[in-house]
Amino acid sequence: MYVIAAGGGKVGANVARSLMRLGHEVTLIEQRRDRFERLEDEFEHQVHRGDATEIYVLERAGIARPPDIVLALTGDDEDNLVICQLAKEKFGVPKVIARVNDPRNQAHFDLLGISPTICATSSIMALVEHEVPEHDLIHLLELRKENLEIVEVQIDRDSPSAGKRVEALELPEGSRLISVMRSGQAEIAVGSTLLEAGDQVLAILEPGKEDELRRVLLRR
Amino acid sequence: MNLLVIGCGRVGSSVALELQREGWDVTVVDENEDALSRLGDHWPGRFLVGHGMDTDLLREAGIEDADAAVVSTNGDNTNIVIGQVAQKRFGIDCVVVRVLDPARADFYAARGMRTFCPTKTAIDGLTEAVRACEIPVKVSA
Repeated sequence: MYVIAAGGGKVGANVARSLMRLGHEVTLIEQRRDRFERLEDEFEHQVHRGDATEIYVLERAGIARPPDIVLALTGDDEDNLVICQLAKEKFGVPKVIARVNDPRNQAHFDLLGISPTICATSSIMALVEHEVPEHDLIHLLELRKENLEIVEVQIDRDSPSAGKRVEALELPEGSRLISVMRSGQAEIAVGSTLLEAGDQVLAILEPGKEDELRRVLLRR
Repeated sequence: MNLLVIGCGRVGSSVALELQREGWDVTVVDENEDALSRLGDHWPGRFLVGHGMDTDLLREAGIEDADAAVVSTNGDNTNIVIGQVAQKRFGIDCVVVRVLDPARADFYAARGMRTFCPTKTAIDGLTEAVRACEIPVKVSA
């Protein structure tokens, strides 16, 4: 596959190297001279110097072929957005992946239909919440395109759902239990699955149904 | 009528002053509070310090009630993104965006954005100015 990666910082350089090791053809674009010169020692003709939001720079990197995927990995969210828009809409690149540096800019990527995105800060925050839960309902994954999210709930002794079968719960519409984790063993949640105190339950639901789900499982 | 100007450099500040004189209610946003001095000593409009990518700040600046927006920070891509946010999230029809790079200005203009490219104006003006010069024909000795 042919990949154009914009941004030759740590993220871009490591991604480019990993893709090349897998045998893919990669062109990396880096704007800063000092970085470019260091990258050139390693990547030779596979790194181009220039501003990847400039159309002629993208063209020189072979965007008109077009590549199978463009990765917008610079440290600037506005640049990453424009790179993805140019790739998709001007050059018909079938797939893009954008790095989001400031999680507050995620809404702009969503608004302009740039997906998937990856944000290190958001991922770390989700892990922190998973490892040291502050809330009784932990967001594990947001499926933006599907408008669904996956959450984890811990059932305890006082929970109204403890001792009940899944089919007996009046789960809110637009939600479903996926699995139950009990003493290190996970099983898929079906109607006859019996919930017990200490269970970690994964659920999939539409955003906004969290409170209803919390009430049914935990009464909080 | 309400106008929001994002980016108060030479361009943004002059547009703000000009349209304020014509009776617009103008709010100006800039990252740097020193930019306020570009609006003179008696700026009657509002001035907010912050980044135009910050939607909370845009709301505070009254973007929901704006009839028009001028996006003129010193970054083309920043302007392009803010311009689209103003158009698509806040539904402002009259959004005018400064884009220095002619290629990007054309691309986004074709997608329905009112881009204004000072570089193109300069290229056309300078080219015309050279054409208009009356060059005396050199007579070889």
